[in-house]
Amino acid sequence: MSLRRWLDRAHSVPGAPSVRGIGVTGREWTDIARDVAVAGGRLLSLWGSNTDAAGAAVYAAFLLDEGALIAELPISTGEQTTHYAGLESLFPAASRMQRALFDLHGLRSSDPDRRGWLHHDSEYEFLRVSGDGVHEIPVGPVHAGIIEPGHFRFSVVGEKVLKLEQRLGYTHKDIERRFTQLPILQGHRLAARVSGDSAVAFSWSYCQALEGMSECAVPPRAAWLRAAFLELERIANHLGDLGALGNDAGFAFGLAQFSRLKEQLLRATDHAFGERYLMNAVVPGGTRADIAPAAAVTLSECIGAVAREARVLHGIYEEHAGLRDRFMDAGRLATDLARQLGVLGLAGRASGQSLDLRIDCPCVPYGDLAPAKIVHEAGDVAARVAVRFDELQESCRLVGRILDALPPGPHLATIEAPAADSFGAGLIEGWRGPVFVALEAGPEGSIRRCHPHDPSWQNWPALEHAIIGNIVPDFPLINKSFNLSYSGHDL
Amino acid sequence: MNFSELATQVLEILAALAAAPLFLGWVNQCRAWLQNRSAPSLWLPYRSIRKLFYKDAVLAQNASALFRIAPYIVFGAMTVAAAIIPSMGTRMALSPVADAIALVGLFATARMFIALAAMDIGTAFGSLGARREMMVGFLAEPALLIIIFLASLLSATTALPAISEYLATQPLALHPSLAFTAVAFTMVLLAENARIPIDNPATHLELTMIHEALLLEYSARHLALMEWAAALKLFNYACIGFALFVPWGVATGNGPLQILVSIPVLALKLALAGAGLALIETLSAKLRVFRAPEFLATAFLFAVLGLLVHLLLGA
Repeated sequence: MSLRRWLDRAHSVPGAPSVRGIGVTGREWTDIARDVAVAGGRLLSLWGSNTDAAGAAVYAAFLLDEGALIAELPISTGEQTTHYAGLESLFPAASRMQRALFDLHGLRSSDPDRRGWLHHDSEYEFLRVSGDGVHEIPVGPVHAGIIEPGHFRFSVVGEKVLKLEQRLGYTHKDIERRFTQLPILQGHRLAARVSGDSAVAFSWSYCQALEGMSECAVPPRAAWLRAAFLELERIANHLGDLGALGNDAGFAFGLAQFSRLKEQLLRATDHAFGERYLMNAVVPGGTRADIAPAAAVTLSECIGAVAREARVLHGIYEEHAGLRDRFMDAGRLATDLARQLGVLGLAGRASGQSLDLRIDCPCVPYGDLAPAKIVHEAGDVAARVAVRFDELQESCRLVGRILDALPPGPHLATIEAPAADSFGAGLIEGWRGPVFVALEAGPEGSIRRCHPHDPSWQNWPALEHAIIGNIVPDFPLINKSFNLSYSGHDL
Repeated sequence: MNFSELATQVLEILAALAAAPLFLGWVNQCRAWLQNRSAPSLWLPYRSIRKLFYKDAVLAQNASALFRIAPYIVFGAMTVAAAIIPSMGTRMALSPVADAIALVGLFATARMFIALAAMDIGTAFGSLGARREMMVGFLAEPALLIIIFLASLLSATTALPAISEYLATQPLALHPSLAFTAVAFTMVLLAENARIPIDNPATHLELTMIHEALLLEYSARHLALMEWAAALKLFNYACIGFALFVPWGVATGNGPLQILVSIPVLALKLALAGAGLALIETLSAKLRVFRAPEFLATAFLFAVLGLLVHLLLGA
């Protein structure tokens, strides 16, 4: 069966452009997933709800060439052992989402892996690797440096990694439930804090869904400013990562230089928008602050300087034999494997996955900005570094362009709370990959449910594959080259 | 043994104990400057050692006596090593027993105890670090021995003070064989002291550590002794390098004036060596662990080349 029949049946979902929704039955649930998989689509997110008011349902969002497609499967709760068919055989990344869904809502998939994922109340059985000289190295959740908590179980022979198994969920704080306690017009503040490094992506995604539901027209100036925020966030994160990657390879000079550039950028951001990290910049209906013409000039100059210096540092990284030796061939994620695992965003683009929502299904103003899609094929640390360097330059160009061509007008429109039961979706390409927010309004301006989804869900399992065959001391470097979110994943 | 030899000896040990953290502080300061960072205080290593001595020690429940005594053995071994390396004067009370091969043995003893102590607790990181440390050690030792053999061949003795005295009193001449071994020695120094490109002393990534992984379970006075011993080891290696390759300025007699002159000379040499070390560390990235054998094989090759140049060409 082709995908066409589903798309024809689907209705448009307010919020992000080209998102469609469809209600399905239990049989259609697997059919639609299979058709999506055959057509080369990906699983974008899988979540559920189990409330007294609206009953139980499981949702799957798929990413297709035509846009996103959300399938909704109503569930009759009862004493069954399984409530819905698991999608893990079609989309490997589904497995953890299904386990998390059970932990949060008590809805069980047919997935044979029934270990808890976000809830840590029972013994956790790691997959054992046995053989001559094989032993395990447990790392974390408490690490020697100040980083987020996660547990990594390595099975190694000597220094060679045979298998890595991750255990996450240490930063679980039940964000979905917290959302339901907030007025819907305030939810963007929590969304921005789901994963601090993607504050703009999450808050924009949330606002996109909300504005679609409320039928609020965002002023053009606000859309352009949001794009500037998003690209500034991308630049800041890439600068931080590039420095950290140099440092993890023992090249502290890189860290010092990139930290300096990042600090310059953060100060310029602070000067222009009143915040170093744009945690409160995107608000429903527009943006919190406008930019003064003088500040725009300063910011533009700063971006130019950052781009120039980053180009020089790119040359140094390219020509440093020791760094090249560490980056090349480390943590290779082959193109085929990346496709099978459904890897998204930056890590996907470094493994030949040509996916960038800013280009594939652009929201305003990306249609006008026409960013270049940066794809590398090698899939190793060097490729992920190269994608970061190239995107950094492209984002600097975009910010310059935005500041030059910022449309006049207001930066904020008034917005009403959406009607109860309305459903919207936001979809924004953050620096790490597509950030998705599904939002459902309750009565009197409340949130019935909000599901924020970080691309780390898809990319964490890919890291388990990328490390196989590498040596243990290369793991921190490979891990950093992905730089996935714990908080955004653990919810 | 006379009074002046005893005085030189005591002075050298005290100077090594006192100056080793300073030397480390200086290297860290140079590194920071070269990386465009504002540098930490020169006295920071002293402050951290003092802080650690004030703290209460925390021991793992299954720590054996070996774990507790290892810091004292390691620190003791490094102090004895400092005593037999002629850093200021070659006429020391312990000169007759200052055998260069015994010195290599002292370093090996310290390494063995650190590795055993790291494995004693039974954590994954300790064993991982111990394994790597032994790998680096057994590759670096042969190179160090060859370097010492060449110096012994030149001066017809394996006593370090005598070697140094011989080299210091020769008329200035360029020894190509010594040039080769100097390169080899620098590489061994980097590897043995857990510096970049073999290990990263500043890292917080437990999976990549070598030396730091061995110390992860130590705290308070034990850690202070281990840190101090590491600083002493670096100081000792620098002084071995001076004794073999730039011995000029070291006191070869018993005169108090010579000793007085040798102090600023040593300080100058240390300052230059520290800056050079920081430069090497800033310019290079850390090697993959499995590149360490290649790196040390190269050091061994340079040492052998030096030996061959001497034996075949007499240079």
